[in-house]
Amino acid sequence: MSAPHLDVRYIANLVRLRLTEEEIAELQPQLDHVLSYIEQLDEVNVEGIEPTAHASAVYNVFRADVPRNGFTQEQATANAPHSGNGLFLVPKVVEG
Amino acid sequence: MNLEGLTITKARRLIQAGELSPVQLVDAVQAAIERTDPAVGGYLSRDYERARALAEKTDVTLPLGGIPVAIKDVISVEGESCTCASQILQGYVAPYDATVITKLRAAGAIPFGRTNMDEFAMGSSTENSSLRITRNPRDPERIPGGSSGGSAAVVAADEAMASLGSDTGGSIRQPAALCGCVGLKPSYGRVSRYGLVAFASSLDQIGPFTHTVEDAALVLQAIAGHDPLDSTSLDLPVPDYSAPLNDGVKGLKLGVPKEYFVEGMDPQVEARVRAAVEVYRSLGAEIVEVSLPHTKYAVADYYIIATAEASANLARFDGVRYGQRASAPRDLADHYGRTRGEGFGKEVKRRIILGTYVLSSGYYDAFYLRAQKVRTLIRRDFEEAFRKVDGLLSPTSPVPAFKIGERMADPLQMYLADIFTIAANLAGICGISLPCGDAEVDGKKLPVGLQIMAPAFEEARLLRIARAYETARTA
Repeated sequence: MSAPHLDVRYIANLVRLRLTEEEIAELQPQLDHVLSYIEQLDEVNVEGIEPTAHASAVYNVFRADVPRNGFTQEQATANAPHSGNGLFLVPKVVEG
Repeated sequence: MNLEGLTITKARRLIQAGELSPVQLVDAVQAAIERTDPAVGGYLSRDYERARALAEKTDVTLPLGGIPVAIKDVISVEGESCTCASQILQGYVAPYDATVITKLRAAGAIPFGRTNMDEFAMGSSTENSSLRITRNPRDPERIPGGSSGGSAAVVAADEAMASLGSDTGGSIRQPAALCGCVGLKPSYGRVSRYGLVAFASSLDQIGPFTHTVEDAALVLQAIAGHDPLDSTSLDLPVPDYSAPLNDGVKGLKLGVPKEYFVEGMDPQVEARVRAAVEVYRSLGAEIVEVSLPHTKYAVADYYIIATAEASANLARFDGVRYGQRASAPRDLADHYGRTRGEGFGKEVKRRIILGTYVLSSGYYDAFYLRAQKVRTLIRRDFEEAFRKVDGLLSPTSPVPAFKIGERMADPLQMYLADIFTIAANLAGICGISLPCGDAEVDGKKLPVGLQIMAPAFEEARLLRIARAYETARTA
């Protein structure tokens, strides 16, 4: 793993984070520094080692497929910055 | 009633004897907050009337009947704000109780007051809160630790008898150590996370801050157990944590991991912890040096795994269903970009970007998959050690509380504050921090924390080991 470049501007766009030029200038060297620290994992021999995704040995927990009460439409939209007619309102997505 | 030094155990005795009413206790909490919190800044919000109304109705025969418990602002309490100390959640009102809150209520406790934290629990000093500064009760120029800095500070400053926090890489144990109270991180799967705003789902656990180990056992008893609403909580019986508490450590083997006494750690911290180890020896425990060889990779491993999970978990903050939204967006991309760009603070942005990077195509195997394999090695270190010993003794933090602002310019230095606490989260085991003396710095006495770690789901043993030291020290 030869120090691949982390392009803050490119990734911020991928995750929908609008950054100012000042923020990019600050974050880029900080993240480069953190990344160079993280790269020490390269020296660990992980051949034949199984990955651990989480700490407890629980997989595929199922529950009975029966209906249960959830939020009412009013409760579900109560925290929305913009809502109307029981719906979440967002900027126009499709031109028409 | 004065809250100073008042433990849950003592308050419960007074309440059951009819010498103290739950309403008087809420009054005492209010008086303590009004006196002390302007200087400490541990609370973000509080509602005394709501607490008094609950206190009037509480059943004092229940195990925590009438005990107010402060709640980190990352845990949902129905009808209360839950800001995660972030601008993006300003105005949000939780529509339901987290399972730990439901369980506290069922035990008679009164969830009261919201405590400050690093934004979305990302940080080690509570300086990443977008809402206010919390100061160390021992020295107002210093940080209380983090991310649950508010929860630790209000207990240490006698503004609460107990509080709940969350621990993803040390966020309960480290602030408990730096403020001088008890902080317990239960094993992964011991306590339900339903209603906890997720940071890193494979690491997060909820746990209590208290004055004593005895009280920590009482709160854990109330909140532990399987929850069908959190499929990662394990369906295992909850033992009685108080019964074996005073059984002592005679005949137990306690390990001292050599990798936890590193160059560069504060000599006073090392001296206090070594002295605590000697106390255990004098109590009849056998002290054994052990090795956890992958310890030095824990911080790097954590910052891949935790940021990867955070980048996915924080995708939900999109300004559509809840929280703040940027004004007059041009289109949907502008809406998302500005809502998140304006709503998240710097540390959250750093971690989302790093986490997205390590998960991205081409780097996934090199970073994320490799980190998961190193995690296996860290877990195995503990399995190996716990074949030889019953528990592990170490410092909680390599240094006492540092100064406000001291580490803010260098994120990596801040990350290294958690060097001794992170591995327990990666391995899923339980850990506790308790006060083991003070370090004198610039004329101030700063608390030092002793960390004890035990195998997963061995909280009863962990608490028993901790209690033995507490009893010896206060005797």
